Amino acid sequence: MSSIHTKATDWLAQLESGSCTSREITQLYLDQIERHDATVQAFLQVHRETALEQASEIDKRRQAGKPVGRLAGLPVAVKDILCSVGQATTCGSKQLEHFVAPYDATVMARLKEADAVLIGRTNMDEFAMGSSTENSAFQLTRNPWDVERIPGGSSGGSAACVAAAMTPLSVGTDTGGSIRQPAALCGVSGMKPSYGRVSRYGLVAFASSLDQVGPLASSVQDLALLMEVLAGHDPLDSTSAPVEVPSYTATVDEPLEGLRVGWIPEQFSSGLNPEIEAAVREAMTVYQSLGANVQEISLPHAKYGIATYYIIAPCEASGNLARYDGVHYGYRTDEQAMLTELRDQLQAAGEAAESIDSPLVRMYRKTRSEGFGPEVKRRIMLGTYALSKGYYDAYYLKALKVRRLIRHDYDQAFENVDVLLGPVTASPAFRFGEKTDDPLGMYLEDLYTVTANLAGIAGISIPCGFTAESLPIGLQLQAPPFQEERLLRAASMYQSATDWHLRRPTLS
Amino acid sequence: MSLSRQDVEKISLLARLQLTEEELTVMTEQLSQIVQYVDQLSELETDNVEPMAHAAELFNVFADDKARPSLDRKEALRNAPKQDDEYYRVPAVLGE
Repeated sequence: MSSIHTKATDWLAQLESGSCTSREITQLYLDQIERHDATVQAFLQVHRETALEQASEIDKRRQAGKPVGRLAGLPVAVKDILCSVGQATTCGSKQLEHFVAPYDATVMARLKEADAVLIGRTNMDEFAMGSSTENSAFQLTRNPWDVERIPGGSSGGSAACVAAAMTPLSVGTDTGGSIRQPAALCGVSGMKPSYGRVSRYGLVAFASSLDQVGPLASSVQDLALLMEVLAGHDPLDSTSAPVEVPSYTATVDEPLEGLRVGWIPEQFSSGLNPEIEAAVREAMTVYQSLGANVQEISLPHAKYGIATYYIIAPCEASGNLARYDGVHYGYRTDEQAMLTELRDQLQAAGEAAESIDSPLVRMYRKTRSEGFGPEVKRRIMLGTYALSKGYYDAYYLKALKVRRLIRHDYDQAFENVDVLLGPVTASPAFRFGEKTDDPLGMYLEDLYTVTANLAGIAGISIPCGFTAESLPIGLQLQAPPFQEERLLRAASMYQSATDWHLRRPTLS
Repeated sequence: MSLSRQDVEKISLLARLQLTEEELTVMTEQLSQIVQYVDQLSELETDNVEPMAHAAELFNVFADDKARPSLDRKEALRNAPKQDDEYYRVPAVLGE
């Protein structure tokens, strides 16, 4: 038996050779969760019994020589935003606290078909809105490298559980950086695939033109393995792309000859933490030493990324979250109390009674105000405003045009380089509460990541160093749409030459 | 551009949210700050730029016009806060 720091691909080899069982592996990670999740709080639910049952069942099939799936026997943790039939799917929101999914997301169905052992559901910012996981209605997830700090977000639970070796693999979602940023802050590897690469069917929608599901793990090889299962066309998601999925694991270890790496000088201007700058510049020299050609590239509109994103994403969110109406599913306000309040208001209003809500409208308003947290309300308000009469052209339409310019910059850049290299975040993990009262400051966390979502391209975050305070630093690589294979190979080249991804936090 | 308290109150009705007095104060300030930030887009000339509504610009994705199994009523109603085995129940819409 190996340690909890064993790579998923190595576990798989051991399982296949019969030198260990899935039940042993699953128990190992459940023990780690038991020891440390009271502190880290990465999980909203841990499925101990079902995971062990599943593991035993897979072991039996494997021992009997029967066919097993691609991930057979490997524990996988999943962000609590992907519907899993018969299980609570809360999205970190009071609104969905008691919601039980009536069907499986395609990603869940694929994981089950691959015989992954579903070990638990991970914490997240409410409806994936946030960069620190502090917006969860249920608990604070702590960064395993420093438990006084945030793990990043919104997939903070999925990043923290990998960093704390509570699972070899996890699944997150990324709308503006929600896989890459927590991966960077927790010192793990994480990829946002191209838009359309992974099915969004059964993924609770935040911003539909930006949301994408992706893998997190402690190595790029493991990302490749999990991506093989997640990726692929899905007739149930009309935005899923009918593009063939190559075998990522077959090529991930092959270095790219004559790799052209672009870096963006604008990203190194003021605001970037000097330790992060030094680590990212050092990564460039690593690529040079591996034979890559590193050159400057300009993305002139990238600086408008945050402004564009914080129009488009809230606009889409305001529509998507209209479904939480207290009627179809989820939380509803106390109806008796609501009606009593309304009656009193009507009596007091006299002549002005017309301005008072109808019972139905008041039910919607109270339900949503009680069920949503402050950040979700803020984004719904922002989106509603930007889409309201008289402002649509100035905000939403304008943002869609700038989105085109941002995509155009990338298209031009990728004519000259194969991948783009840069930081994931401007600063390392911050302390709890540091940005709670500063929404704009929190939004700027996504400065280097949102443009990939706007353009629909692929991006990856891999560890590339530590600050003096031992906080992880992430390196971002980006590649054109559907070039995940190139991205994984380029990232794997870096990991073959460095050992940052092998460092582990000490949990007390 | 900054938002007034009245603007924010009006938007909260459109968004079907009910904000407390304190939330209205904070929201007015924060939304104004964010709107001022995003206003920087107006410095860009975009008259001849085609809007990009979607990252993957796929068009006309058709599904076969065939009946397929869907969620049955019991399952669909299971998560409803209030239902009567046939319908969702809501507060009276017309009169008392």
